[in-house]
Formats: sequence, structure tokens, C-alpha cells
Amino acid sequence: MTTTATTVQQATPASPGAGGVGLRLRGLRRSFGATTALDGLDLDIAPGELVALLGPSGCGKTTALRIIAGFETADTGELLIGDEDVTAVPANRRDIGMVFQSYSLFPTMTAAENVAYGLRVRKVSKAERAARAEELLELVGLPGREKHYPHQLSGGQQQRVALARALAIRPRMLLLDEPLSALDAKVRLQLREEIRRLQLELGITTVFVTHDQEEALSMADRVAVMKDGRLEQCAAPNELYERPTTPFVAEFVGTMNRLPGVVRDGGTVEVLGRRLPVHGECPGTGRTVEVLLRPEGLKVRTGTDADGEAATVRVATFLGSTTRLLLTTDSGAEAKADLPSWEADALTPGARCTLTPHEKPVLVEEAA
Amino acid sequence: MAGMTATPRTRTATPRQPGRPLRSRPYGSVLVLLLAALYFLVPVAASLWFTVDDPGKGLTFGAYAKGLRDGGMATSLGLSVRLGLATVALGLLLMVPTMVVVTLRLPKLRRVVEVLCMVPLIMPPIALVAGVSTVLSWEDDLRTTPLWGTFQALHDKNFPLVLVLVYTVMSLPFLYRSLDGGLRAVDLKTLVEASRSLGASRPGTLCRVVVPNLRPAIVSGAVLSLAMVLGEFTVANVLGFEPFSVWMVHVGEYEAQLSVAAAMLSLLITWGLLLLLTNLAGGRNRNRNRDRDRNRTGNRRRTTV
Repeated sequence: MTTTATTVQQATPASPGAGGVGLRLRGLRRSFGATTALDGLDLDIAPGELVALLGPSGCGKTTALRIIAGFETADTGELLIGDEDVTAVPANRRDIGMVFQSYSLFPTMTAAENVAYGLRVRKVSKAERAARAEELLELVGLPGREKHYPHQLSGGQQQRVALARALAIRPRMLLLDEPLSALDAKVRLQLREEIRRLQLELGITTVFVTHDQEEALSMADRVAVMKDGRLEQCAAPNELYERPTTPFVAEFVGTMNRLPGVVRDGGTVEVLGRRLPVHGECPGTGRTVEVLLRPEGLKVRTGTDADGEAATVRVATFLGSTTRLLLTTDSGAEAKADLPSWEADALTPGARCTLTPHEKPVLVEEAA
Repeated sequence: MAGMTATPRTRTATPRQPGRPLRSRPYGSVLVLLLAALYFLVPVAASLWFTVDDPGKGLTFGAYAKGLRDGGMATSLGLSVRLGLATVALGLLLMVPTMVVVTLRLPKLRRVVEVLCMVPLIMPPIALVAGVSTVLSWEDDLRTTPLWGTFQALHDKNFPLVLVLVYTVMSLPFLYRSLDGGLRAVDLKTLVEASRSLGASRPGTLCRVVVPNLRPAIVSGAVLSLAMVLGEFTVANVLGFEPFSVWMVHVGEYEAQLSVAAAMLSLLITWGLLLLLTNLAGGRNRNRNRDRDRNRTGNRRRTTV
């Protein structure tokens, strides 16, 4: 596979290669009647970077992608690919490859004809088209399927052909609109790795829309979390997980506990018998807040002692290497805690234990 | 020897229970099929017998020979075919882009277009032709205007454009229904966007992606429209033109056997024409469907990766 990819890059000097082009979204706004889909979206994507747009349904991620592709027009704002302002450029002149959520292969064309379609539009010679189609199908792991029609291919194979078709035109950038959502779990995992491998090999700037946080975190260089048409946070996956800047991001990415706490002096908060530094916005001293803590950010000790808060195990769910405990503290708060399965042997439902947080900065939100 | 005699016993290990057939025979289905076949074939067979049976001479194909020699039949049939093809062409030119635009850009207008296209189905042709006759009667008032030439062309006896226009309106329900079914069967929006993202212009997308995907629907609409035009009588007769259907009725007034022979010939010609159209336009799709059917059968036996 590596050999093939190298061949492709050598054979395509016009390909973006390791450079790629950057993308800048400046104050994009788009409304559909009374609904605001995008509310001043700003985002910079570096050349060769894979950025995932992540968010709940209706957050505007697909609208943003469609504006980048040229299928929707922004009410205001501008869109720059490299240094070129493409805000008003029609979709067919943007040189952007796109893979859609639903199977978008042309049903009347074979796999090779589908891959070569963009080249045919560009009036590339028949021989060159055939060679490029063969090369791309091999690149996506479908050699020998040139003459298969879409209905003769499985869902995963169809999406591979769609990827090959999008890459065949040597686009300036690649857009992926939830390309894996229609596939079963095993194929999704396999294809996700292949897309990332190809993206890295070709160095093509890629924007990937998904509502699956695992997909976003595992594939992207950076993840842009959106809410109500706005960008909440755009950061590398580990930073997003470890240091979310807003409660929404903290809760949307991964699992989060909300435990009662009280703000103390010096930007600290008291929770589960410990004082922790507050990261981000901190209400005034003495205010009651909800402290956001990850399940793996809680320590659980068998038995009760003064350091921490006593709790009772309600449910223990074995997840392989870890076990998730659902606990109720003596003050009535519910918490989830993840700990290595070998440490959780004694923590069966009904067991008494002590809960303490790890010493890390935490996000807080004023209690309702 | 004992071993040899044991083999037959093993083969008959699952004996069929007496009095219980493995599968009930589909007598009901056969009966329905037989009745339907009789309903369609008896009139055709009776007509065929009427055309070849001469009470004085016995079996003869004279009526057919006369029909083929008759210049009127060739002229009227030729006119009907030309009118049919022109109607199909105009109808498709009008309806395919309209339906595509409505589907992609103006989905809220779908119901409006549907209702408009269905109007000719509920409006009797005689009412339609009454309106057309009134418009054509304005010809004298327009004699001094440039429109007069257009009116002349509209009812040129050799190729009455007015019939093409009326037939196009009458074919709208067939075209709408077929195209609507075709459009609902494909994810047109995604296909068009995929084509556009690959650099194709809108007309290019229409020709390279939309039309090939709508081919079965287009063929179906074309076949229905063509069949309608070839059999239409009221409008042509009232407006005073003589396509094949009108000629047949006229001939039937003084030569019944020739008229029925012409009807039989027209039946064959129409079938041939429709078959040709279906084959020409739907060949690749048929192969695709055959492949798909074969694939489905194969998929039942293997797991697709």
C-alpha cells in the first residue's frame, strides 16, 4: 500500500502533496428562515491538516461543510482557500473533492467510470482516465473492481470508490460529510483508519464532519466542536479532552460528572473534601457550583475515611480493562468512576468506599 | 449383498406422507391468469379471424395485402408516428428539466406541478379540443399580423403542430407519473452535488448523470405517451386531421375488414415500435437489473465484506 501511495505522489506532480492548501472561514453566517444555522463561524485550517467538525444535530457543521463545498451560500462572511477568496465561486470551480454520507456513486457507471468522471469532465484523455482510475482504485484497496457497478459493491467498498473518485481530480482539499455513518461498526473502524492513512500520505487538507466523537478524536489533527452555529473550541483531541474550555465541550466530548462544590479563595473550588484549582471562568467566593470531573479523574478507595467523601457502589459495569462504577455519595450526589478492573474486584454493588478527585484544574458551572 | 440392499433403504429415509402433497398446486393463480389471457386474447383472435375469413373464399390475407398497398394507411400511420415522436420529444424537453428543478430547488411546488400535470387526465379530450378550436378560429382576426403565419403552421395538414401541442398536454400525466417515480427512486440531490463537486456544469450534470439515471422513467413515460398518441381519435377527428386512428374509423365506414386488418397491423407496428424504444433506451439498465438480481441471489449464499 505504501508503495502504491508513493507511486501516486510521484505520478501526480500537480497533487497538493505534503503542502496542501489552507482554509480560512471568516464570520460565516447562514440562516434558513427563522433558524440560524451558522452564527459568525471563524475557523483557520492549516495546509495538510485534518480538522473534524463535531457537534450535535443542528449545530451547523453540515451547513459549514456545504458552504465550503459551494452547495450553500453564506449570508455574510468570507471563505478563503489558500489566498483565493472563493465565497462566490460555484461548486464546480472550487477544485474540492467530497465524499458524501449517503452512497453517492453514479448508479449507471462502473467503479472505474465513477472514479474517472471528474477527469472526463476535465476532458482528460481516455487512456489517462483509465490509468488514473486503476491507480486510485488500487490505492483505496479495490484493485480489479473497475468494472463493478455500485450495486455490486458493499457499502464500505462504495465509500472507498467515492473516496477514490474525490481524489482522482487531485483536489485542493477534501471534504468528508459523515462518510462512515451508513456503515457497520467493523467496516467503519477499518475505513476510518484507511482514510486517515491516505490523508497523511497525500498530505491533503481535509475537513471531516461527524457527530461521532470517537471518530473525530481518533482521526483528526484538531477537532472543532460546534454549538448553535458557533465554534465552541477547536483543539487537538487530547487537549479537547483534557482541557475543555467550556462546560458544553467538556460534556459533549467524553463522559463527565457534575458534582456539587463551593468556590473558595484564590480561584479554587472545594469538592469531595478537596480543594482544586478552577480552570476557566470562576464565580465569586462562596458560590455553590457544579464541578465537572471525568470518571477517570476520580479515585475510589475501599472503605471510608476522612480524606474524601464516603459513597456506596450502586452498579459496577465490567468494560474489559476498566470497570465503570456508578456511585452515590453520602450527600446524595451521583458519580461515575472508571478504574482498572483489577482494582475494582472488591467494589461490588452495595460496597462502601471513599471518593476523592485527582489534583487537576477543573471546570465549574454555577448551580442552577 | 446385505450392504447393497441397505442403500435404497437409506435413500427413502424421509418417506412422503400419503395424502399430503409437498406443495399445494396454484389452481387459483392459474385460473386468474387464464381468465386474464382470455379477456385479452379472445378479442384479438376474433379480430384476426374476421380479417382472414372470407365467407365466399375461405382463408385469405387479401385485407392485409390491400391495407399494405393502400397509400392512405401508410400516410396516416406515418403521420401518427411522427406526431408521437414529436410529442414525446417536446414532452420530455419540457418535463425533465422542470421535474429536476422542482425536485432540487422547489420541492414545495411538487404538489402544484402534480395537480397541473394531472388536469388533462380528468379533462375530457372533447373539452380540450373545444378550447383549441376556439383559439384556432381567431386566425381570420390575425390575418394582418405576424401571428398569422404561425397559425397557418399550426394546422398544416402534413404535420399539424397543433396536435403535437395538444398531445403534449395530454401526455403530461403519463410523463409526470413516470418521471416522479424515477426521481423518487434515486437520491438526485446527492448525485447532482457529487457531479458538481467533480467539476461538472449544470447542463453537463443533467446530461451525464440525471438523464442516465432517469432512463427507465423516461422510457416508461415515452412509451405511454407514444401509445396514447397512436390511439388518440377525438382531438384529431374534431380538428379535421387524419392520423392513423381517424383513417381507420373512416375506412371502417365502408370497408370493415380492411379497417380491422389495419387495426391488427397497427397493433403489431405499435408493439414493435414500443419494443424497439424500450430496447434502445433501456438496454444497459436491463443488464444492470439482471446483474443486480443475480447478485442478490449470490448474496444469499455469501457474506459481503
